[in-house]
Amino acid sequence: MSPIPSEKYVPQSAFMKWMEARLPIWGFLYPTAIAYPTPRNLNYFWTFGGILSFCLVVQIITGIVLAMHYTANVDMAFNSVEHIMRNVNYGWLIRYVHSNGASMFFLAVYIHMFRGLYYGSYKAPREVLWILGVIIFLLMMATAFMGYVLPWGQMSFWGATVIINLVGALPLVGDWITTWLLGGFAVGNPTLNRFFSLHYLLPFMIAGVVILHIWALHVPGNNNPTGVSVKTKQDTLPFHPYITMKDAFALVLFMILFAAFVFYAPNILGHTDNYIKANPLVTPAHIVPEWYLLPFYAILRAVPSKLGGVLLMFGSIGVLFILPWLDTSKVRSGAYRPLFKQFFWIFVVVCLGLGYLGAQPAEGGYVIAARILTTMYFLFFLAVLPLLGLFEKTKPLPNSITESVLGKNGGGGMAGAAASGATAAPESKA
Amino acid sequence: MIKTLRLRALATVLGVALGLGAVGVVHAAGEAEPPIAVDWSFSGPFGRFDRAQLQRGFQVYKESCAACHGMELVAFRNLADPGGPGFTEEQVKVIAADYTIEDGPDDLGDMFERPGEPKDRFPSPFPNENAAAAANGGAVPPDFSVIAKARAGGTDYIYSLMVGYEDEPPAGVDVGDKYYNHYFPGHAIAMAPPLFDEGVEYTDGTPMTVDNYAKDVSAFLMWAAEPKMEERKRIGFQVIIYLILLSALLYFTKRKIWSAIDH
Repeated sequence: MSPIPSEKYVPQSAFMKWMEARLPIWGFLYPTAIAYPTPRNLNYFWTFGGILSFCLVVQIITGIVLAMHYTANVDMAFNSVEHIMRNVNYGWLIRYVHSNGASMFFLAVYIHMFRGLYYGSYKAPREVLWILGVIIFLLMMATAFMGYVLPWGQMSFWGATVIINLVGALPLVGDWITTWLLGGFAVGNPTLNRFFSLHYLLPFMIAGVVILHIWALHVPGNNNPTGVSVKTKQDTLPFHPYITMKDAFALVLFMILFAAFVFYAPNILGHTDNYIKANPLVTPAHIVPEWYLLPFYAILRAVPSKLGGVLLMFGSIGVLFILPWLDTSKVRSGAYRPLFKQFFWIFVVVCLGLGYLGAQPAEGGYVIAARILTTMYFLFFLAVLPLLGLFEKTKPLPNSITESVLGKNGGGGMAGAAASGATAAPESKA
Repeated sequence: MIKTLRLRALATVLGVALGLGAVGVVHAAGEAEPPIAVDWSFSGPFGRFDRAQLQRGFQVYKESCAACHGMELVAFRNLADPGGPGFTEEQVKVIAADYTIEDGPDDLGDMFERPGEPKDRFPSPFPNENAAAAANGGAVPPDFSVIAKARAGGTDYIYSLMVGYEDEPPAGVDVGDKYYNHYFPGHAIAMAPPLFDEGVEYTDGTPMTVDNYAKDVSAFLMWAAEPKMEERKRIGFQVIIYLILLSALLYFTKRKIWSAIDH
């Protein structure tokens, strides 16, 4: 399981020798970001880590600029956002990048998470890496939720009211925590002020956990589409230029999608009611969160009891923390697990279905469907994954990454001959 | 519309997958009809506002709507901004001077009134929400600054609402002292039909019909809500062309680098 160690940096110039003796920053960065060995068979689903780093940086930079013009006060917040849209130079651009950036961030993180799920990237030795990722996801949801409150539109206000009131369902401490979160007895100016403060703080906490996430990635190295561990240097390529160029290409494709939303449909992912100033006396017909929180909202409303709904909603993310120990299969990659593959795609449809139901009124057939899908969501983690590992007949694994790559290309050619040394090491699969 | 269709398709797929059959979309009683789709000059990636239409729309707003609906976020100077109705700065000064603005306090501490200037925002017709409600039978006329973005259906909805009045509600429907409108949620709207044929005197020969007034004022409100739209679409085009070229360069660079590697 131990990865191929990165090539060490040997300073050549007199200046770099002088520098390395005092602050060996290049000695740290070179093996981490340049020579870092990555499996040669990574597909484009592995480019989303880089895309997500880009998203975080974009959100922080645009957010800092927005904060220079925004006013966190219930009487001024809405108009200060419109002031940004109308009077600040390129304010419309900065704000639309920030608001659509949140959606792009979640789109990328969901692809990243489903990729991890499909290829078993959470399995030993990457459990801590996965758990750190789930923590980032939780922080992202908290940040996005609080950010949505800041424009102080109708959905801002009523979304905050609904979600914070949920906490009140907790026994004993519920009311106390609710008051503490609100800074009063209802959503008001103190709520807006603390949400603004925390919305500014949390992204930097995310950045901190991202550093841990990358650290935890670099210890075992990347998983790969075969799930077979890296065994020899032959299996890997240096991060630069191979992965950097591939990531850059994928990032620019992602930016095209991003730009299409920002410039041509900047409001399509938002709710029209959020262009109405918050009014505590008028409740919107349907209170819905942003699209990326809808599946969890559907789970929340699927349960007749408020406390039960809250527990199940948090449970739906909590179950991700123990995922590495729920999946009993010895084989990492879904590509070699025929049954898992089917259940995986059913699970994807279940999640999309919950997202759809989260946007519908909680009545009639929608509630029944939400209950069925919620049950399926939890069954996937609590029954399917533990049992599949015991009963599933998996396909034979390649002996190594190199073998799988050459096999796909017919196994011939000069590269095949050069790599033949690597394929004869079948001592440990998985 | 496309979004709804896609969601419905997804619901159907899900329903079949679950053996539930289609989870039909429930329409609550009294739900408004979907708005009429209008072919706007400003829709689509290359859409731009029609200057003459925005100027006519401003006239309709000023003469028919402004008595009840404010536009507090828009300044007179915006009327001369690029990508807007295209009034000249001289015209804007004249337009602004038509309005009375409360200013002050002066050196003696008194508030005073003066003619509007381009820097001023459109004054709201009522001093506060309570006054607005009291003067309008309890219903507050919404501010128009961002209304085109604050209603599902946007300008299609505003247009439909303007042309969707019915003199008599259909049999069996009681709207009390309100008015029946096909497109208003719940159908009973407090606002009396605001537009009438020949009600606003156009000077450019455009037929003076409710249909034209409704289209023109909807377009004007879209501009008021999204005054940077033309700039946005123009920059967006440049950005996307740039990104496509960059992605092509990166693709060939990446392919060259990886060409010697089996992967």
